[in-house]
Amino acid sequence: MAKLKVALYWAASCGGCEIAQLQIGDKLLKLVEAADIVFWPVAIDVKYKDVEAMPDKSIDACLFNGAIRNSEQEHMAKMLREKAKIMIAYGSCAYEGCIPGLANLFNRQMIFDRAYIETESTDNKEKIFPQTSYKVPEGELVLPEFYDTVKSLRQTVDVDYVIPGCPPEEKTTWLALEALIEGKLPPKGTVITHNSRAVCDDCPRKRDVKKIKKVYRNYEIIPDPEICLLEQGLLCQGISTRGGCGAPCPQANMPCTGCYGPVAGVIDQGAHFLSALASVIDSNDPEEIKRIIADIPDPAGSFYRYSLPDSLLRGARIK
Amino acid sequence: MRKITIDPITRLEGHGKIEIFLNDKGEVENTYFQVPELRGFEKFSEGRPAEELPQITQRICGVCPEAHHMASTKALDDLFHTDPPSPAKKLRELFYSAFYVTDHTTHFYILGGPDFVMGPDAPVAERNILGVIGKVGLELGGAVIKIRMQNHHIIHMLGGRAVHPVFGLPGGISKGLNEEEIKEVQQIAKDSVEFGKLSLKVFDDIVLKNKDYVDMIVSDAYTHRTYYMGLVDEKNRVNFYDGKVRVVDPEGKEFAKYAPKEYLDHVAEHVEPWSYVKFPFLKKVGWKGFVDGKDSGVFRVAPLARLNAADGMATPLAQEAYEKMYSTLGGKPVHHTLAMHWARLIELLYAAERLEELSQDPEITSTNIRTIPTAVPDEGVGIVEAPRGTLTHHYVTDERGVIKKANLIVATVNNAAAVNMSINKAARELIKPGKEITEGLLNRIEMAWRPYDLCLACATHNLPGHPLLPMEVYDSKGKLIKRYS
Repeated sequence: MAKLKVALYWAASCGGCEIAQLQIGDKLLKLVEAADIVFWPVAIDVKYKDVEAMPDKSIDACLFNGAIRNSEQEHMAKMLREKAKIMIAYGSCAYEGCIPGLANLFNRQMIFDRAYIETESTDNKEKIFPQTSYKVPEGELVLPEFYDTVKSLRQTVDVDYVIPGCPPEEKTTWLALEALIEGKLPPKGTVITHNSRAVCDDCPRKRDVKKIKKVYRNYEIIPDPEICLLEQGLLCQGISTRGGCGAPCPQANMPCTGCYGPVAGVIDQGAHFLSALASVIDSNDPEEIKRIIADIPDPAGSFYRYSLPDSLLRGARIK
Repeated sequence: MRKITIDPITRLEGHGKIEIFLNDKGEVENTYFQVPELRGFEKFSEGRPAEELPQITQRICGVCPEAHHMASTKALDDLFHTDPPSPAKKLRELFYSAFYVTDHTTHFYILGGPDFVMGPDAPVAERNILGVIGKVGLELGGAVIKIRMQNHHIIHMLGGRAVHPVFGLPGGISKGLNEEEIKEVQQIAKDSVEFGKLSLKVFDDIVLKNKDYVDMIVSDAYTHRTYYMGLVDEKNRVNFYDGKVRVVDPEGKEFAKYAPKEYLDHVAEHVEPWSYVKFPFLKKVGWKGFVDGKDSGVFRVAPLARLNAADGMATPLAQEAYEKMYSTLGGKPVHHTLAMHWARLIELLYAAERLEELSQDPEITSTNIRTIPTAVPDEGVGIVEAPRGTLTHHYVTDERGVIKKANLIVATVNNAAAVNMSINKAARELIKPGKEITEGLLNRIEMAWRPYDLCLACATHNLPGHPLLPMEVYDSKGKLIKRYS
């Protein structure tokens, strides 16, 4: 069997996805045995123009991580889509926009003003901003254009598969790579995990009746180590988040923050959690419910922590 | 005018680019190190509950999330006016020491080390971790992999996740270690100390016993007389987790020593229109451009800077190694950028020794790991030493603990001006009219930035058997004249 040709690329991301890919350890050797890595700018000497010169659909699969924040990233996403038969959104940024996508609660000018003028340590009386093209005495220097909003890869090009997580856990990565190597990929559009139901399915904590009178911030209580965190009033989003991760956060006594995206069949993770939350609040009194909900300081940033650009909300309307 | 473009440079978190302009005579006219990326964490942290920031800000870097997680958690202690119980502080530092062991190991063996172990002019296909293993032996190669995995295991046990840990809370941590787990940590710590000693011996055998290398380390091309910054304990010894920030001048005299809350009196950031990254400088000296010396506010951070800024190391073996480095290189401070590799290995040994000390601490398995904050939150600053330098998180909140303002001065960014200068100087010293620009020569220019370990998302990104940094040389009309791969 001919070796597969695989490309790996990163856009607006943190590098955690690369570390996650390396976490598969000795299985990495199985990958290298089965596939030639034809493009991986962080590792091998293949330049943008070399990729441009590759025939369309000559790459079997591209694992793309990172969101689309600037013009270079958009260009690369579109080019790799042309060159690759299979486009895989690897990790939460490519899938849904992830934490860089929280920037959609603001716009470019607000971000630039904060970064280059207002920050307490910045000394910039001339109000200099980075320029996409700037003439220095010796010639011209260029930078990519920073867009007004962040988009996920899925909002930029057609994506065949998703490997969720921030970053994907080792076993999720291998589940997908093994399927790729063995030619046993599921139907197009699949979000590849061991469990398409909720994180709660993975979680060893005991669940009883979810009825809460008060929501707590994570620093306000020391939760019982055995009992469901949501039942203790912590906003654990496992109930609305796709499983397969093994629930590591609740096992470290911290609430799930939702990084594997919505459970199967749900489009908007934040809306799903809000409705789930409404059903566990132990009250029929509208005033009391209002009071309980008011204790949540940041519903948009908390329940759309990883999914804002890809959600029905998309971001804030900036006037 | 001819232009040499290095794009993308690798092992940067995100993307980096170097432009070298040559004049018609073939001399270096100027160089620019550009960072073409911004994500805007300082803006979109606004409106978030403060206690979420350890998990949000660590998404700045997935290679050293532990550093952001820790700086942020310490900023929360300050913000909520709470003091974690002693076992919680020790467990945080234990976690952080394990992180340092993995991170410094990665840099020396995969990133920076190959230049020395294999030689700067070695064939590109050998100048990488595989070549290193071939030369130093499979046994050591295996030890490198094992030490990294074991210390990652500690990170996972305490932090909850291998990448992007979750255990940091204002006033403590969410999870401790039980008797069984600490036994594992003790064994890993012992192995790490042995590994740290072994790594210094490798450096001694391969680098210090080679006169050419020592000459290169102390050569002018790789030397800048700057200020240095690093966190120190109450005895002015290097500390990664806590203490005061100390700054020494180019003569090694204490220039400033400040508590985290006072950072704005000491550090400011300059903006250039050709890069998304800002350029921090010492406020009391001022921004004088990309120049070194006592009158320029440019300072350096990271391993060598930390050792220069301190009076010594807090553990015995590391102290011994510290003294040896300064006696070999002619006393303090050392201005040779390449000595950063040596300093990094001394810190690796220190981190391992500290890990061992903490793992033997009688209260390390205590379950008293949280203080519940009761005061009204307002403002907090947290500073740690990330492997790549002093890392500052500063938050202002409303009375509900919702972020109103966030300011972050990220470790590598502190070195941004110095990296530009180092590349510039190495290029000017090494590229001469009429001299062929070989791959080895360009690699020697790369060696000027590699010690800074710019790579946040880095080291481990290199697949064995491949070159570390692709380069192309263009003529003045933009035509490709030579490709180095």
